Amino acid sequence: MEWASQLCENRGLGSKMTDSKYFTTTKKGEIFELKAELNSDKKEKKKEAVKKVIASMTVGKDVSALFPDVVNCMQTDNLELKKLVYLYLMNYAKSQPDMAIMAVNTFVKDCEDPNPLIRALAVRTMGCIRVDKITEYLCEPLRKCLKDEDPYVRKTAAVCVAKLHDINAQLVEDQGFLDTLKDLISDSNPMVVANAVAALSEIAESHPNSNLLDLNPQTINKLLTALNECTEWGQIFILDCLANYTPRDDRESQSICERVTPRLSHANSAVVLSAVKVLMKFMEMLPKDLDYYGTLLKKLAPPLVTLLSAEPELQYVALRNINLIVQKRPEILKHEMKVFFVKYNDPIYVKLEKLDIMIRLASQANIAQVLAELKEYATEVDVDFVRKAVRAIGRCAIKVEQSAERCVSTLLDLIQTKVNYVVQEAIVVIKDIFRKYPNKYESVIATLCENLDSLDEPEARAAMIWIVGEYAERIDNADELLESFLEGFHDESTQVQLQLLTAIVKLFLKKPTETQELVQQVLSLATQDSDNPDLRDRGYIYWRLLSTDPVAAKEVVLAEKPLISEETDLIEPTLLDELICHIGTLASVYHKPPSAFVEGGRGVQHKRLPARAGSGESAESPDVGQAVSAVSDAPPAVIPSQGDLLGDLLNLDLAPPTSNVPPVPSSMQMGAMDLLGGGLDSLLGGDVGGSPAMGVSLGGAPVGMPAGLGAAPAVGGGLGDLFDLGGGVGVTAGSYIPPKTVWLPAMKAKGLEISGTFARRSGVIHMDLSFTNKAMSVMTDFAIQFNKNSFGLAPAGPLQVLTPLSPNQTVDVSLPLSTTGPVMKMEPLNNLQVAVKNNIDVFYFSCQYPISLLFVEDGKMDRQVFLATWKDIPSENEAQFQIKDCHLNSDAASNKLQGSNIFTVAKRTVDTQDMLYQSVKLTNGIWMLAELRIQTGNPNSTDLELSVKCRAPEVSQYVYQCYELILRN
Amino acid sequence: MIGGLFIYNHKGEVLISRVYRDDIGRNAVDAFRVNVIHARQQVRSPVTNIARTSFFHVKRSNIWLAAVTKQNVNAAMVFEFLYKMCDVMTAYFGKISEENIKNNFVLIYELLDEILDFGYPQNSETGALKTFITQQGIKSQLQTKEEQSQITSQVTGQIGWRREGIKYRRNELFLDVLESVNLLMSPQGQVLSAHVSGRVVMKSYLSGMPECKFGMNDKIVIDKQGKGGTTDEAGKSSGKQSIAIDDCTFHQCVRLSKFDSERSISFIPPDGEYELMRYRTTKDIILPFRVIPLVREVGRTKLEVKVVIKSNFKPSLLAQKIEVRIPTPLNTSGVQVICMKGKAKYKASENAIVWKIKRMAGMKESQISAEIELLPTNDKKKWARPPISMNFEVPFAPSGLKVRYLKVFEPKLNYSDHDVIKWVRYIGRSGIYETRC
Repeated sequence: MEWASQLCENRGLGSKMTDSKYFTTTKKGEIFELKAELNSDKKEKKKEAVKKVIASMTVGKDVSALFPDVVNCMQTDNLELKKLVYLYLMNYAKSQPDMAIMAVNTFVKDCEDPNPLIRALAVRTMGCIRVDKITEYLCEPLRKCLKDEDPYVRKTAAVCVAKLHDINAQLVEDQGFLDTLKDLISDSNPMVVANAVAALSEIAESHPNSNLLDLNPQTINKLLTALNECTEWGQIFILDCLANYTPRDDRESQSICERVTPRLSHANSAVVLSAVKVLMKFMEMLPKDLDYYGTLLKKLAPPLVTLLSAEPELQYVALRNINLIVQKRPEILKHEMKVFFVKYNDPIYVKLEKLDIMIRLASQANIAQVLAELKEYATEVDVDFVRKAVRAIGRCAIKVEQSAERCVSTLLDLIQTKVNYVVQEAIVVIKDIFRKYPNKYESVIATLCENLDSLDEPEARAAMIWIVGEYAERIDNADELLESFLEGFHDESTQVQLQLLTAIVKLFLKKPTETQELVQQVLSLATQDSDNPDLRDRGYIYWRLLSTDPVAAKEVVLAEKPLISEETDLIEPTLLDELICHIGTLASVYHKPPSAFVEGGRGVQHKRLPARAGSGESAESPDVGQAVSAVSDAPPAVIPSQGDLLGDLLNLDLAPPTSNVPPVPSSMQMGAMDLLGGGLDSLLGGDVGGSPAMGVSLGGAPVGMPAGLGAAPAVGGGLGDLFDLGGGVGVTAGSYIPPKTVWLPAMKAKGLEISGTFARRSGVIHMDLSFTNKAMSVMTDFAIQFNKNSFGLAPAGPLQVLTPLSPNQTVDVSLPLSTTGPVMKMEPLNNLQVAVKNNIDVFYFSCQYPISLLFVEDGKMDRQVFLATWKDIPSENEAQFQIKDCHLNSDAASNKLQGSNIFTVAKRTVDTQDMLYQSVKLTNGIWMLAELRIQTGNPNSTDLELSVKCRAPEVSQYVYQCYELILRN
Repeated sequence: MIGGLFIYNHKGEVLISRVYRDDIGRNAVDAFRVNVIHARQQVRSPVTNIARTSFFHVKRSNIWLAAVTKQNVNAAMVFEFLYKMCDVMTAYFGKISEENIKNNFVLIYELLDEILDFGYPQNSETGALKTFITQQGIKSQLQTKEEQSQITSQVTGQIGWRREGIKYRRNELFLDVLESVNLLMSPQGQVLSAHVSGRVVMKSYLSGMPECKFGMNDKIVIDKQGKGGTTDEAGKSSGKQSIAIDDCTFHQCVRLSKFDSERSISFIPPDGEYELMRYRTTKDIILPFRVIPLVREVGRTKLEVKVVIKSNFKPSLLAQKIEVRIPTPLNTSGVQVICMKGKAKYKASENAIVWKIKRMAGMKESQISAEIELLPTNDKKKWARPPISMNFEVPFAPSGLKVRYLKVFEPKLNYSDHDVIKWVRYIGRSGIYETRC
C-alpha cells in the first residue's frame, strides 16, 4: 500500500475512495511513466496503472501507445484487472489489429475457464473487438458457449451472435450460428430466450427478406410463456418482437391479447408501452362488435394514465405516444381529460405535449373546463407555451361550435392584457374563427383594430390586414388603416405584401369612390417596384381584372370562401398507422417513420397494421410482404404457399386468348423478327408485335416514341446498333424506357424465359415482354394475370402471343395495362407479381416497374395551387434526396422530365442555384410536389438536390428513383 | 439499441464514456456537450437529435447521463434503463455526484459492462448484481463451483431478484403505505383535479424462499367476496370501506397473470427493501388540507394576501412538516406577515412567503395575512400568479387504502405465517398540492 499512502500525503486525500485522482494526472511524460508502472512487478501497482490508463481514455486522451503493455496485464486471475484490460482492448483493438491478436490466446483460454462468469466475460468482450482476424478465432469458442451448460454463458453468447453479425454477417451465416440462435428460442431459461429473441430481431432487421424470425403459433406460444418469467428488459424484447407478428385470425389475435394484457400492470413503463403496442396492433383484427374488443379498450386507459405519474422524461415519451393513440382511437381516453391538465412545475416539454392532447380530446362535454384551463395557461411565463395555449383556444372554437362564442370572449380578454405576443397570437386565431363562422363575431373588429400598432410579426400583421380587407365595408376607416401599412410596403415580408394587395383590392371593390388612389398606389408598388414574381403576378392579374371587367373582378375577389376544416394538424393516416406499429420507440417520439432518422437500411422497412378480420385479406403480414418481394430470387413456389394470395392467383382466368381481338398478321411479325437484331427487339419489341391500339397510338403520339421509328421494319438488321443510338436520342423527347431485363429465367420456368420492361406511350401503360422458348418442345396457350398491386395495374386485354412458340424462338409482345384492377399495398410499393401460364405449367415471378409509368399527362399543377399545396403538406412528409454527378442544366433537366410527365410549374433562380418546382400526378390521383435544385455557378458541383413532398410519403422514394433514372438516361 | 452511454459533469466534462456500437464515434461525446450542456437554456426535449444521432438525457443533481443511439430504439426502455442505472449507482455508492462517480469509475465501468450488453439491458437488480460485482477483485478460485452456478442461475433465473439460502433468526417484515396526494383547486374551492399516487414499500427479512400474498381493501376484491359471501351485512360494511383503484403496477416479482385473472397479489419478495406496488386512485380522496386564498391588489404598488388553511381529518391525528408557499411578484420590495401559528418568512430569492407549522391536529384552522409592497414597473405583462402550494405529512392514507393481510408461506422451512413479525405504517404526503389564487 506504499503508493496509496504516498498519494494521500501528496494530495491530502484521506479516504480509501481515491479513484478520482486518476482524472487529475496531466503531466508531461505521463505515457512513459505509465509504461514503467504497467511493467512493474507489483500487482497493485500494475492495477493502479491500468486504472490511470482507463481514466485517460475516458477523457479522450490517446493512450493507444500503451497497447502492448496493457495487453501484457491481461493474464491475471484478478477479475477486476482483467475487466479493465478488456475495456481498454475494446477501445483500441481496431486501431492496433496486429497487436490485438496477442490477446486471442487469453480469450480462448478464458472461454474454457471453469467459472461461468469468466467464460461469459471472455465471449462478451471478444464480440466487441471488431478485428477480422479475431472474429475468426471467435467462432469456435462462441459455438461452445452457445451450448454451454450455464444459462448465464448462453444468454451472453446469444447477444454475441448479433455482435458478430454486425461485423461479418456472412461468417455468421456460414457458421450456422443463426440456426443455433433459433434453437435458443426453445431454451429452458427465460433470459436466454429473451436475448436470443433480441439478437434474432436485430439480425432480421438487416435482412428484411429472410424469414429469420419464423414466427408461427408454436414459437409465439414459447415467447408468451417466457414473457411471464423473464426480466423486465427481456419482456420488452419479447413484446417488441411479438408486435411484428400477424395472427392468422381474430381468435388467435384475441388469445395473444389476453396473455399480453397482464403486462399493463408492470412497474416498468417500457413494458407497458410495448404491451400497448401489441394490443393496439392486434386489436385491428378483432371485430368491433366483440365483447372482448370493448373490454380491451377499457383496459387500455388506466395504464396510459398511470404513465403520466412517471418521471418527466418518461412522461414525455408516453405523451408523444398517447398523442398517436388518441388520433387512432379517440374513444380510449375521451373521459380522461383532467389528467392532461398542465401542472405548474411540469417541464416545458411535458406542458406542450399535454396541451396538444387536450385540444385533441376537447369536445362539447368538457369544453368549459378546457377553456378555463387554457385561459390560465395563457398567463404563464414560457412564451412558446403561452402562444400554443392561445392558439389552442382558437382551435377549440373551430372544433366545438357551441364554444365559439366563449372562446372569442376569452381571446378578447387576453387581448386586453396587452402582452405583445399574446395579442398577436390571438389575432391570428381570430382570423381563423372568422373563416369558420363568417358574419358572426365581427363586433370584435373594433377591439382588434386598437392593437394594430403593436403587431410586429408578419403572421399577425397579415391576419389583421386580411380581417380589415374582408370586412372593409364595416370598418369606417379601413382605407386609413390599410394606407398606414402601405408606407413601409417594401420592408414587409411577402406574406404581408400579398395580403395587403388583396385587402386593398377588396376595399376598392367595396368602396370604389374613395379608394381609387390607394389601389393605384398598391398596384404600382406590387407590379413596378417589386422583384417578387408572386407579388408581381398577382398585381398584374388584379390590374387587368379591374381595368377590363370590374364585375368579373368582384366575382373573383369577393367570392365566397370555403370554410376551413376542424382538424388541422392530424397525422396523415398511413403514417399514423405506421407509427402505431412503432409505439414506444423513437419513431413514435419524433412522429416520423424510422427511415427519416435512421441511416442505412436497418429497421426502416415500413410496418403496417393488420387488416381487420373478415375483410378478405387478413393474413397479409409484413413477413409475407417481405417474402413476396424476394420472390424473384426465391423459388416461385413461395407464392402458392401464401394462403390468400394463392387464391388470388389461382382464380386466374388462364384461358387462351379470346378470339374477339383481331389476329395479328403473322407474316408481318415473322418478317420483323427476321429483320431486327436482338438489340432492336428490345427497343421496338412491343410496337412491332403490338396490338391494334398500339398502332393507333404510335401514329398520333405527341410525346410517345418518335414516329420515325415506326419505319424500323423496313431497315435491315445491320442497322440495329444505329437504332440503339437513335433510340437514345429520340427518347429524350418522350419518356425514358429502361432496357428489358430477365424477369423469369428459363431454368425456373421449365424452359420459358421472360424478359421485359415497362413503357408509357400516349397515356397508355404497356408491359413489353419477350418470351423465349429454351425448352425442347413447343409452347402454346399463353395467358397472363397480375396479383393485386399498389396501383391496381391489370392487363387491359388478353396476352397476344403467337402460338405455338417453337424451341429457340423468341416472340415480343406489348401488353397494354389499365390501372383499374384490384388494389393492395405491396412492399416495395412498385412490386408487381405476375403469373404466366402456358401449356406446361403456371409460373410466377415478380418485377418492379418504374413509378414514372403512372405519371399522367395532366399532371401540371397551377402555380397557386402548387404553393398552397406545398405549404399544406406537413414538413415531416418532405423527403430529401441527392442525385450525384448529373451534368444537366435546368432546361435540359426540365425537358427530360417533362417527357415522363414530370412538369415544371415554376422556376426560380437564386444566386447560382436554379430551383425547379415540379408537379406529378399519379394514376390514382395522388399529387407529388418536388423541388429540384441545380447548381449553375460551379461546373464542378454536379449534384442535384431533390425534395419531394407528398401526402403519401412512402411514394417519395420511388419518385426519386424515377428522377435518377430519367435524368441519367 | 443503445449505442453508447456517457456521464458528464455540469461543465460538460466526460466522467464515463462507454461505447457499445460501432456507429457511435467519439465525436458524439462532444456533440452532446456542445448542443445540450453548453446550450445554456432550458431543456426543450429530453430526446435530442443531432446529426441523425439521438441523445436521451436525464439529469441528476449536477450530473448528466446520456444514452446515444442511431437506431430506432425503444425510447421508453432507454429512459427506464437510465433511471435504473441511477438506482444501481445509488445502491452501490450513495448520492450521484461528480466526486462519487470519479471515485467509483472502475466500478461503474464494471457495472456498465454487466447490465448493458451490445446496448441491450441485462439483469439490473441490485440484489443480484451485488453477489458478483463486489469490487473485491474476486479471484475465480475462491468461489466454489456451487457458488458460481448459484450466482449465474440467480442472475438469469426466474427469480432473479432473490438468492437461495437466506437465513434470519427473526423473521420480520415492514410494510409502508406511502401516498402522495395531489390537488389542483380553483380559487373558489372547486377541485379541478385530485389524485393519489401511492406506493407500497416492503422491507422483508424472511428466511428461505417465502411465498407471500398481499391483500388490501380493493373494491373489486371486496365486492367479489361480498357476492360470494353468505351474509349481506358483511358485504355492506366492507363495501363502505373499500376503495376503487384506478390502476396499479407491480414489482417484477409479482405474478401479473395471476393478478389479471384472480386479482390476487402473490409473489416471492426480494430480500431487503423494495417497492412492491404503485397505485393511483381518484375517487373519494380525503384531502387533508383545504387552502382558502384571498389576494387583493391595492393600487399598483400593493398586494394584500390572506390565506386560511383548514385541516380535515380526525382530531386525534397530527399532521407534521406543514409548509405553505405563497408566491410573490418579482417586483416585491417588502413584505409584512402576521400568522397565528408557526413561522412565516419572506424569501426574496424564491419569490415566495414560506409559512411553516411544525404540527397541526385535525379539524383545526389557521390563518396568515401579508402585505406585499411592490416596486412600480412599466412591464406590461401581468404577474402570472403562480398557485399557492402546500407540503405536509399525515399519518394516514388519503386514498383510504387499508392493508388487510400479508400472508407468508415457506413450505420448506419450519416457520409459519404466525411466527413472522409484521409492521404496517401509513404515511400520506403532499405531492403537488396547489390552490390557484
